[in-house]
Amino acid sequence: MMFADADQFFVRLKATWVALFPGQMQALVSVTTNAVAIVVTFALLFAVTTLLERKGLGRMQNRYGPNRVGPWGLLQPLADGLKMLIKEDIVPTGADRVVHFLAPVTLVLCVILGFAVIPMGHNMAATDLDAGLVFFFAAGAGSEVAVFMAGWASRSKYPLLGAMRAIAQVISYEMPLVLSAVAVVMLAGTLSLVGIVQSQEGYHWGWLARWHVFTPWGLAGFLLFFTAALAESNRSPFDIPEGESEIIAGHMVEYSGFKYALFFLGEYLGLFALAGLGSTLFLGGYLPPLAFLNWVPSWIWFLFKLMMLVSVFIWLRGTMPRLRADQLMEFAWKFLLPMSLFNLVIAGAWKFSRTWSVPGGNLSRWLMGAALLALAYLALSRLFQARHKPRVYRYV
Amino acid sequence: MTLMLFLLAVPTLAAALAAMCLRNLVHAALCAAICFTGVAALFVYLGAEFMGFAQVIIYVGAIAILLLFAVLLTRGFETLSPLRARQVPWPVGVMAALITLAVMTISVVSSPSLLRPRTAMVLRTRQVGDRLMTDYVLPMEAIGLLMTAVLIGAAVLALRDSNGAKRRRVP
Amino acid sequence: MEKLSLRMVGAGLIRGLVETARNFTGSYCDPARLTTVQYPEESLPPVESARTFPFLVFDGDSQSGLRCVACKICEKECPPQCIYIVSERDEKGKVLKRPKVFDIDISVCMGCQICVEVCPFDAIRMDVKFELSVFDRFKPLLLHKEDLAKSNEYYHSIHPLEARETDLRLAAARAKQQSKTEGTKSSSSASSTTKAP
Repeated sequence: MMFADADQFFVRLKATWVALFPGQMQALVSVTTNAVAIVVTFALLFAVTTLLERKGLGRMQNRYGPNRVGPWGLLQPLADGLKMLIKEDIVPTGADRVVHFLAPVTLVLCVILGFAVIPMGHNMAATDLDAGLVFFFAAGAGSEVAVFMAGWASRSKYPLLGAMRAIAQVISYEMPLVLSAVAVVMLAGTLSLVGIVQSQEGYHWGWLARWHVFTPWGLAGFLLFFTAALAESNRSPFDIPEGESEIIAGHMVEYSGFKYALFFLGEYLGLFALAGLGSTLFLGGYLPPLAFLNWVPSWIWFLFKLMMLVSVFIWLRGTMPRLRADQLMEFAWKFLLPMSLFNLVIAGAWKFSRTWSVPGGNLSRWLMGAALLALAYLALSRLFQARHKPRVYRYV
Repeated sequence: MTLMLFLLAVPTLAAALAAMCLRNLVHAALCAAICFTGVAALFVYLGAEFMGFAQVIIYVGAIAILLLFAVLLTRGFETLSPLRARQVPWPVGVMAALITLAVMTISVVSSPSLLRPRTAMVLRTRQVGDRLMTDYVLPMEAIGLLMTAVLIGAAVLALRDSNGAKRRRVP
Repeated sequence: MEKLSLRMVGAGLIRGLVETARNFTGSYCDPARLTTVQYPEESLPPVESARTFPFLVFDGDSQSGLRCVACKICEKECPPQCIYIVSERDEKGKVLKRPKVFDIDISVCMGCQICVEVCPFDAIRMDVKFELSVFDRFKPLLLHKEDLAKSNEYYHSIHPLEARETDLRLAAARAKQQSKTEGTKSSSSASSTTKAP
C-alpha cells in the first residue's frame, strides 16, 4: 500500500491543492498547476543536466569539469544562469526587432507544449489526448519556424546559412523519427501515449517487461529514433547548425544574454522531450523493467530512463566528431530512411504473425525478425559505404 | 461557445489579412503560418483533434517552411524590398471578393453534411483510419501515387544540373 | 587468406564509445589520468629557465649587500627604457657605488633579459613571480629598490643552477683578486724591503 501511495504521491498532492479552490475555478487551477509543475521541473532538470554534461564531458576527456562553484561544482548552473541574466542584450542595428525577439520565445513555447502529452508516471500525463503522438510532432513543427525566424531576423550571413542548414537537418531527420514512431503505433493500436505505455504492460515469462525495445523491430526502431532525436535537437555529432568551430553559433550567433539562454533552454528541453518520448514509445515509459522492481514509484522509473538516455547522449557527444553537412544529409536519406521503412515492414510482419502458429513459437519469430533486420542493416551499410572509398591524395 | 469561436477566428482572420497585405515577404509568410495554426485550433475546437494536429505538422511544419525557403532562396541575402503595389482599381478587387464570398456561402450552406442532424462528437483517430482504409481507400491510394510521382520528380529535378553535367562526388 | 572486413555503419562508433567509457571510469580510479593542476591550491613545479620581471640580488641578509653599483649599463641597454637609476652621493657630492633610486616599471618591461645579460656585476636577475595583478594601472606597477631587492638565498631557490654557477664564478673572481692583491702586496713589501732608506 505504501508503494502505491508513493506512486500516486504527486497525483494526490495536486488533487488536494485543487480541492482548496471553489468548483468554478478548479479546472483552471488544475491546468495551471500542471503547466507550472512541468515548466519548473524541467527547468531544474535542465540546470542539473548542464552540470552533468560539463562534468561528464570533462571526465571523458581526462579532466575535471567545473569544480569551483560550490562543492564539486554543484552551484555552477546558478553561476551560469546569473551570467546569462546580467549580460547585455545586443540586437544588431539591421535586425528585424519583432521577429528577432519572437524567435526564442516561439522555440521555447513549442518545445514546452510537447511535454503536455508525455506520461511521466501512473496517471501523470498532463493531458491524455487521443492523438497524443501527432500532437507531439505538431509541437515540434513549430520549432522549425522559430529557427528560421532566428536565422533570418538577424540579417546577417552566418545566421542565415546556419538557419538554412538547421532546417534542412531537422526536416530530413523528421522522417526516420516519425516512421520509427509509426511502427510503435502500429503495434500498440493507438496514438495516445498513455495507451502506448499501457500496451507495454505485463511481463514475459513473469519477470521481463514487455517493452517494445525487447523485440527486434523495437530495438532497431529505438536506435533509429535515438539517432534521429540526436539530430532533431541539433546535438553532437549532428551539431553543424551550432558548431562553434564551423559557423560560430549558427542561427543563434546574433543573440546574447537571456535570449541566448532561452535558445539553450529550448534545445535542452527539446532533448528531454524527445528522450521522454523515446522512453515512452520503446522503453515502457513509467513501467519497471523487471517484475520484482514494481515497488519503485513510476515517476522515478520515468526520470531514471530519461536521465539514462540523456547520459548516453552526453556520452555520444564526448565520443564522436561532428558530421559534415552533406554527410549528415546522406546519412538521413540513404541509410536511416530505408532502414526505418524496412523496420516498419518487419513490425507489420511481427504484428500479423502473432496469430499464426509458427514452429518454434515466439523465439523463432524473434530470431527471424532480428535476422532480417541485421541483413538489411549490413546491406545498407555496404551500399552506404561503397561510395566512401578511402581518399587518394595526388600531389601533382 | 461563441466567445471561444471569436477568440479563435479573429486572430486567424487578422493573420490571413496581414499575410495578404504586408509588404515584407517574410513577415507575410510568418503571418500565414499563424493563420494555419489558427485553422488547426479551429479544427481541434470542433472536435477533429487528429485533423488539427496534422494541419499543424503539414501546414506549419512543411508548407510554411517551404514558403520561407522559397522567399529566402529567390531573394537571396539582400534586404527584402517591399512589394510593389499593383495598379488594380479597387472596385474590381471588391467585386472579386464578393463573388468569392457568394460562391463559398452557397456551397457551404447547401452542403449535405449541414442537413444531417448534428451530434456532438469527438472524432476519434481510429474512425478516420477505418474510413480511410475501407470507404475511401481509392482516393488514398491515388494520393499516394501522386505523392510518389512528386517525390520522384523532385529527385530527378534535383539530380540534373543546369548544363546537364554529372555532379562531382565528394568522398 | 585476406580478412573479411565486416564494414558496418557503427563499428567505429562502438570502439569510440568504449574508449570514452574507459576514460570516464579511469578518471575516477586511476590518478595518473587526471593531469589537471588545481590552481591556485596547487601549482606546477618550477622550471629553471622561467622568467617574468627583473629583481636585484643582495648577498648576505640585508639590502646593504646589494650587488648593484649603479653603473647604469642596464638603464642604457633596456629596449623599452623601463629602468630608472639614481646613484647615491655622499654629503660632499661624491658618487657612491650604490643606487639611491632603482625603479623598474613592470607595465613596460617586456622580459627580454637584456639587463641581465649586460650587467657586469651579476646584480640584476629575472624573477619568476607572475601573480602580480593590481587594481591600479600605474603606481603599483612601478617597483622600487625595496621591492626589487631580494636575497641570494631566494635566487638559489628560483634558479638553482644559474645561482650556483654565478656564485662559483664570483668566488673564483674574488679568489683571483685576492691572490693578485696578495701578490702585489708581497711584491710591494719585497720592493719596499729592497728599497734602502
